[in-house]
Amino acid sequence: MTISHDDGLEKGAVPEHATNKEEQGLNKDISRRDAVQVLAALPLAAFLSWPTAEQEKVRNYVDGALRRAVEGNAYAPKFFTTAEFQTVRVLADMIIPRDERSGNASDAGVPEFMDFTMTDRPNSQKWMRDGLAWIDAQSRSRFGKPFADAAQSQREAILNDIAWPSRASASMADGVSFFNRFRDLTATGFWSSQVGVKDLRYQGSTFAPNWNGCPPAALKKLGVSYAKFDRSKLRLNPD
Amino acid sequence: MTLSAPSSTRLPTAQRKNYDVCIVGSGAGGGMAAYMLTRAGANVLLLEAGGPWDNTKDSVMLKMPYESPRRGASTTDRPFGEFDACIGGWDLQGEPFTQAEGTEFRWWRARMVGGRTNHWGRISLRFGPDDFKAKSRDGLGDDWPIGYSDLAPYYDRIDKLIGIFGNNDNLRNHPGGYFLPPPPPRCYELMIKDAADRLNVTCIASRLSIITKPHNGRMACHYCGQCNRGCRTNSNFSSTNVLLAPAQQTGRLTLVTHAMAHEVTVNNRGLASGVNYIDTQTGAERHADARVVVLAASACETARLLLNSKSPKFPNGLANSSGVVGKYLTDTTGTDVSGFIPKMVDHVPHNEDGVGGNHIYMPWWIDNKKLDFPRGYHIEVGGGLNPPGYGFMGGIQRYPGGGGYGKSLKEDYRRYYGAQVYFAGRGEMIPNDKSYCEIDPAMKDKYGIPVLRFHWEWTEHEYNQVRHMQQTFRALVDEMGGQVFSAMPDKTKGYGIARGGEIIHELGTTRMGADASKSVVDPNCRAHDVKNLFVTDGGPFVSQADKNPTWTILALAMRTSEFIANERKRGTI
Repeated sequence: MTISHDDGLEKGAVPEHATNKEEQGLNKDISRRDAVQVLAALPLAAFLSWPTAEQEKVRNYVDGALRRAVEGNAYAPKFFTTAEFQTVRVLADMIIPRDERSGNASDAGVPEFMDFTMTDRPNSQKWMRDGLAWIDAQSRSRFGKPFADAAQSQREAILNDIAWPSRASASMADGVSFFNRFRDLTATGFWSSQVGVKDLRYQGSTFAPNWNGCPPAALKKLGVSYAKFDRSKLRLNPD
Repeated sequence: MTLSAPSSTRLPTAQRKNYDVCIVGSGAGGGMAAYMLTRAGANVLLLEAGGPWDNTKDSVMLKMPYESPRRGASTTDRPFGEFDACIGGWDLQGEPFTQAEGTEFRWWRARMVGGRTNHWGRISLRFGPDDFKAKSRDGLGDDWPIGYSDLAPYYDRIDKLIGIFGNNDNLRNHPGGYFLPPPPPRCYELMIKDAADRLNVTCIASRLSIITKPHNGRMACHYCGQCNRGCRTNSNFSSTNVLLAPAQQTGRLTLVTHAMAHEVTVNNRGLASGVNYIDTQTGAERHADARVVVLAASACETARLLLNSKSPKFPNGLANSSGVVGKYLTDTTGTDVSGFIPKMVDHVPHNEDGVGGNHIYMPWWIDNKKLDFPRGYHIEVGGGLNPPGYGFMGGIQRYPGGGGYGKSLKEDYRRYYGAQVYFAGRGEMIPNDKSYCEIDPAMKDKYGIPVLRFHWEWTEHEYNQVRHMQQTFRALVDEMGGQVFSAMPDKTKGYGIARGGEIIHELGTTRMGADASKSVVDPNCRAHDVKNLFVTDGGPFVSQADKNPTWTILALAMRTSEFIANERKRGTI
């Protein structure tokens, strides 16, 4: 039994989560099934068409990055200096390190994403550049070397002062503000990457013939049910 | 079904014909006029300022953010994100507008075939009986010269033609319709429903023009949640492929893109004779002859067009003997609150996309006599497992972990992903004398067309209403056991009210009325001053209501188009 629009209504049942996809398919009207198959058979390229010049720019960027990867050339940042880019990499990997489930920020291309973002959104450049300079200045004054060259424990000492805003001292305000934004951008870069999406077990953005609603395990966990949405009581026409 | 625009916008003199009708604008109102009038046998010329765009071919539906280095972030011509279907925005290069000193208004313009229907929220609510007669109820604003019963048959026909899901809930002032089955709620929407019930906030199935069953030759929705990108299977409403494509199949529609209308011309009898427009690709000045002119350029663009159509007979602009063109500009009020819901931590992985919009919503549920503001609002909801893209879980320091870095932070992102909800209010603004648009005395756009200058002022009615929204949303988050992400905005911040124009529901600039000295168009949306000139966009609205305007724009446009066809048959125009 399913709560899809096609058969949930006619059978007038309280929705249950679908358990048998094959069985559901039998109830579909044939034209819809055909259409679904036609759509599924479309070449992937059909969905990757990029109509505007803006998107063409993005396309070229991707192609260029892929080509460089194949050719084995190191990524040459367009916005960051070499030193800044190294700091970005170190910081991003401290924010999102490798663990048993997925890789780190660098594995997901976060530094390259950030470099692109700086060129794509120029009004982000100032806070980024100022913030990286702040981090380096902290590191130099405390440890006599730039952040990227500091020991891991030294880097952590700095992050420990800025990574938890509610317990950071007022003198660290600039660092806190920068780190909030840098952490947000790292999160975007990592979790929106293919690596991150897989890690999150995201299952959407797909062609779904049926809307299956909230799965039983989630209903149970959240303490909710479909009792208030009895589809036999739907009134689709006014009286 | 595809729609091809002419490759050239030029209409060589030899081919130029006298069209029965020239429509300006191809969004909801212009699309419906084109659909109805071509079917009635008219030869229709449709002018669109933007370029061609076809959701069945040009949409980037199902594209994941990681397929772009931009990860879905906004661009100059896509303020709602690079995958959004609407080309346009609040700031168009070379097409400025100005604001009177001390006021702030943002004017969204779409520049594409289909206009804003390409990306809109598909929230398709009928105005109710009270909404047409609000002044009679509370003394504010004005009543419409027509009532719900005048539009009900058209709402019915639009439901059936376009397709809409929902349920007939028998609520006062929220009339139902002919619905396709609504999709059952998402997980977090079930939680919201329970919280709303406990707080006595009415919460019902959404009413969205997304088809949950095959409908009039269009495929049913496939639940990717990306309606705003344009639908490749044409399973939601867009003017382009639901109205213009069938109009084009009649063989009587000529669509001209890149045509920026700037003047409605008049003949020596004071009738509209056609439209002057600029071919935006060449800068050339063009003219189209027509027996009837229908303006559907959007409320403010239509007002601008009329005000710029000055002639000896109409020195203050066309159809403006009342001086009301541009006046009574309104937008919907809006504010929102999001919150973290601990119960939703450690989500059960599943596809939570659903349709491209909320499956439930809260229509206005309180008698305003008990409140310190006169008109209502509805509540839209969101949250849950959205596709990870630009801005993903921004502000993680607001969650219980307080921020941090490293493995514990990484685990926090996983655990808190999807554990948030948001509520957005959309309320009725009452027209006031201080909110209007006029022609800026000095500035012109890149085509040499004088631009609009906006005046804007919210009143206590709107501020008090938005404060109530904030209090309600905070109570809902609290009832769900959650924590809001931000403190209640105080009066100095307008209680968090969105800026004028930001909800993109501009209405009222060519208001309808029975009295020609106080209104621009008559109850059939015909200009009082020019009997072959009509308006089918949001301009004729006399009041906003707490409902999104598109379904009413469509109903009015259908009714007006039928009136035009009948008058043509009678030979009066």
